Amino acid sequence: MVMNEEKKKTILLADDDPDIIFQMKHHLERWGYEVHAVESREEAERYLEGACPDLAILDLMMEEEDSGFILSYKIKKCRPEVPVIISTAVAAERGISFDMNSPGSRTWIKADHYLEKGFKMEQLKLLVKKYLD
Amino acid sequence: METLSILVVDDEPGIRSGVRRILAGHRVSFPFMDDDYMFECREAASGEEALLMLEEAPPEILLLDNKLPGMDGMEVLEIIRQKKMDIMVAMITSYASAEIAARATDDGAWDFIPKPFTPAELKSSIDLITKQYFLKKITRTMKEEGKKIRYQFLSVLSHELKSPLNALEGYLHMIRDKELGSDLQDYDAVLDRSLQRVEGMRSLIMDLLDFTKIRLERKDEKIEQINLRERAEMALSTIKPLAIQRNISVSYKGGDVYYDADPSDLDIMFNNLLSNAVKYNRDGGEVEVMIRKKSKGVEILIKDTGIGMNEEEVSQLFKEFVRIKNSRTRGIDGSGLGLSIVSKIAELYGGHIHVKSIPEKGSEFSVILPPS
Repeated sequence: MVMNEEKKKTILLADDDPDIIFQMKHHLERWGYEVHAVESREEAERYLEGACPDLAILDLMMEEEDSGFILSYKIKKCRPEVPVIISTAVAAERGISFDMNSPGSRTWIKADHYLEKGFKMEQLKLLVKKYLD
Repeated sequence: METLSILVVDDEPGIRSGVRRILAGHRVSFPFMDDDYMFECREAASGEEALLMLEEAPPEILLLDNKLPGMDGMEVLEIIRQKKMDIMVAMITSYASAEIAARATDDGAWDFIPKPFTPAELKSSIDLITKQYFLKKITRTMKEEGKKIRYQFLSVLSHELKSPLNALEGYLHMIRDKELGSDLQDYDAVLDRSLQRVEGMRSLIMDLLDFTKIRLERKDEKIEQINLRERAEMALSTIKPLAIQRNISVSYKGGDVYYDADPSDLDIMFNNLLSNAVKYNRDGGEVEVMIRKKSKGVEILIKDTGIGMNEEEVSQLFKEFVRIKNSRTRGIDGSGLGLSIVSKIAELYGGHIHVKSIPEKGSEFSVILPPS
């Protein structure tokens, strides 16, 4: 019996560090996802004009200190169903801590999960599975 | 116009209403203050009442009679000191005793107003207290701003140091887990990238050392007459290997120009400006250095035919750790400290730096140093 091959889920990956892009793309593809990687908020916005990913993983600091928030806000505004993960190395040392579970923070942060850089790939895998499978 | 609140504590109603009358409409202005100050008086008839009012809404200034029915002025002052309340206190005393004056000063009183006082005497005391208040406020703001800047610097710095570590860690995991298979050659790219990130971190640390050096005072004993052409040519020869790789021509135009400076300051400046001019250039481009003696000092001009910047990018340029991020700068490494170092050095000599730039055409950095 021939089954329709299930279409791969697409992930938008935005990070201004090409090495992080390389590494995350490698892992995400190995886990069976299609990855569209961009290195700036501007590029991500261009991509979003013509496509809709199943998940977005966004670096917080790109062109601006809060590029990830801006992007997340824009994604949620027109496609509220797309889950957004924001990753950053900035939180711990700046004393910013986000608690995505309190209703108050959810209203302004507009992202589904917040990931501190230096995370293990296994952690990422679980998280991506949670939103996509 | 700012209004300061004054609490007048005296058991004689005549004194309280007198103070209120004298200060109504009184304005304090000093040439160094942005704003005039006016006053609004409240009254308390005893020390106990005063303390309650202090708790509720602390005034900026307290005029405190020493001789009060219950607890006396000195006791009130003592409590204010213990509670570390930030209030300017002037004691009103009917018998000017040296002993009380000394004790009150120890406890943080700013001034004494002997009783009975004339309106002019009261006003001049208030003027003095207001001046002190203003200076205290300014000092506090400056301290807070200094702290904020230091904190920001450190947090950005740790972010900049963490990024290459995260990238390296990721690559090391990939190698350990043999993510790219068992053929060692397949890891060449990953290893090259790792080494590049290590190099980037090293140059960040070097820049940081330059940066902290400049943060310190300019060292007069190290200042000597130097030939700017020689320093520029030294920096040019350092950058040449990189320029040759990308077929960029580098040249010096002009003759000897002498200037009194610490040679290492000038070396840091030339190295930073020239390496930028090459790094952000196009292949086959040009870099030109010109140094001119001007009536008001010297001008160092560094022109490139590189990728240029728009106005917004130029406005960000001299801030610490700012790197212009766009499609043209992708893949160019840097700490984001170089230009802020250069501008700090220029300032150290009383000079400044400015930039003219056109996207896709090139940039022109000019450093103006006043006569040494």
